[in-house]
Amino acid sequence: MQSLVILAHGSHLNPDSSAPTYAHADTIRASEAFDEVRTGFWKEEPHLREVLRTVEGDEIYVVPLFISEGYFTEEVIPRELRLAGWDVAEWDSDGISADQATLVAEDIGREVHYCGPVGTHRAMSDVIVRRAESVTDDPDVGEGFGLAVVGHGTERNENSAKAIEYHADRIRERGRFDEVRTLYMDEEPEVDDLPEHFESEDVVLVPLFIADGYHTQEDIPEDVGLCEDYRDGYDVPTAVDGTRIWYAGAVGTEPLMADVILERAADAGADLNDALATVRETTRVATGD
Amino acid sequence: MSEPITEGTTTVPDIDLPGDAFDALLAAVSTVSGDEPSEGPAIDFEGLRVESRGETTVVEVDGERFEAGSERELHEVAADNAAFVTNWHFFERVAGEGTPRRAFVRWLEAAEERSVGERYAALATGVVREWGQLRVTATVTDRGERRYDVRHLEDAGVPIDELDRHEDPRDARDIVTFDPDGRYRPLKTAPSLRGGWVFSALDHREMYEVVETVYPATVANWHREREGRLDVDHWRETMGRQSGIYGVVQTWDRGEGHEHVNWVAEACCADSQCLKRREWEYDDETDLDVDGGDGVFPCREPCSLVVSAARKWTRLEGETERTYEFELTPSEKEQLEALIDAVADGRTEEIREADLRDPANRYRARFLRAKRLDADGNLCGVPTDDE
Ligand code: SF4
Repeated sequence: MQSLVILAHGSHLNPDSSAPTYAHADTIRASEAFDEVRTGFWKEEPHLREVLRTVEGDEIYVVPLFISEGYFTEEVIPRELRLAGWDVAEWDSDGISADQATLVAEDIGREVHYCGPVGTHRAMSDVIVRRAESVTDDPDVGEGFGLAVVGHGTERNENSAKAIEYHADRIRERGRFDEVRTLYMDEEPEVDDLPEHFESEDVVLVPLFIADGYHTQEDIPEDVGLCEDYRDGYDVPTAVDGTRIWYAGAVGTEPLMADVILERAADAGADLNDALATVRETTRVATGD
Repeated sequence: MSEPITEGTTTVPDIDLPGDAFDALLAAVSTVSGDEPSEGPAIDFEGLRVESRGETTVVEVDGERFEAGSERELHEVAADNAAFVTNWHFFERVAGEGTPRRAFVRWLEAAEERSVGERYAALATGVVREWGQLRVTATVTDRGERRYDVRHLEDAGVPIDELDRHEDPRDARDIVTFDPDGRYRPLKTAPSLRGGWVFSALDHREMYEVVETVYPATVANWHREREGRLDVDHWRETMGRQSGIYGVVQTWDRGEGHEHVNWVAEACCADSQCLKRREWEYDDETDLDVDGGDGVFPCREPCSLVVSAARKWTRLEGETERTYEFELTPSEKEQLEALIDAVADGRTEEIREADLRDPANRYRARFLRAKRLDADGNLCGVPTDDE
């Protein structure tokens, strides 16, 4: 029996934090790739400490719904799941190449496949592009458009910037958007100066965050100048200094994220049949014809 | 509630033996008869014993013995004793082995204490168990299948048409997210579950998903506890494990006793705040002085909400005490105490606007503020820090 466990941060204050986790879990359930799909959280329940004991299967794939490799994926989750003998070297990663480690979770005395975070998987580039399609409601968006991929910055974790650069590079190489740039909240180049960094009249702004919350709903819209006060709301697009900004909100809310979760599990050996194709199809932006 | 309630009294219902239960029985018999004859009975479960002896199948039901020489005869015997056959089929083939889920459905109908006959008689009208603020009613259909109804305790007895009816267990997610006042619930086991809904006619897996959504991992922990292997992590271990921004909570334990942890448990873990029964203590050797509560499911370690709160208190409790001097009337002193009580008990909303007798009444509080707080909000004009 094959089980998928999706782990996320969650929040004591904000229901939006876990909403995408549940939504992606439901998409994957509908694909019937796994006999069971469970979710566990750092700040909600079931807690990371106890989620594995709610799992009935024997082939267990654990996928962290986090953007980058770092404190949570390398320290908190392995500790809370009680992964015996965990060492970050198991992932043999340069900061964005973690794949999976098979270890016994002492909580249940069974092996689990502990996968790298969704944020650094190559399929995440497609989700960023899909997010741009969703927010512009145009499955072919690209020509005449710039794409800004926005992250925290290196603050507590240098890998977070690595992930952002990695996806921006990949998307740039495809030549679909006129320009692709990375911007940060707490370092140069800053998201506050977005129009200065783009020549295109239209720019899609995709924040590389798992869920909507303080940063994506309050900070970024205000910093970019979409609104004075986030409570007043803003239009999509909103013109700022001559640039039309299409603000996409957290990339993690995009339904195609379910695909990255599946890719992670597949890379770790999960048998998915045609679930990947199904999920890519069911989460598509309608072409309008 | 330790004893399940049976609604009404009745006798063992007539059960129509469903095809899948009989097929499963046939399969069980043929598997064994194909093997070595010394294998023992094909089925030996709660008063039902089925053994194949050459051409004949010997069926014993509650000690009464039948012999069936053909599939038709076997069907007849099985149909006459459909309660026993469907009971075996449900637990041994549908619910499966060894899981907390199985233990839970057995507990729901008191399977360890009651015979099959007693159970089916009770299930015919409904057996009720409480799980936190949930009321779970187990019934059996005339084909011997378990069905469950889950609703809020306070909706006991409310006709089903007067409740919002749900079938998809995932709908429970929306129910648990906000309390009756529309506020986000950060702790699933807080006694703030809203009512007015019902999940009806669920099968056992759907019922289990509803329970798991409303009170995650509670069944798994309850199950471990019943088996004597609940892994409790006490306060010291749990705080000692914290890192990052929570690492600071370790410094709150200064080897000067555990009074601060008593306060935490009293503040957060009392039954009025959380329905889990706190099983964690200060450490292996030191129990807290506060009662753990009466919840049916255990709490095995301080939860993330308590860890977050402890981080705040670690900072606040690091301050040194000092002496302030305030001039208050006796009633004003009592009013301050009453205000703390009202907030701590979540009572402020229910104090009527014109109930001036209640010291936590809004006008009374505003009067006190007008009189005793200066423009900077200092009580009696006394600054918090030295000028
Ligand atoms: S630590 Fe206290 S508040 Fe938290 S779940 Fe346990 S009993 Fe409830």
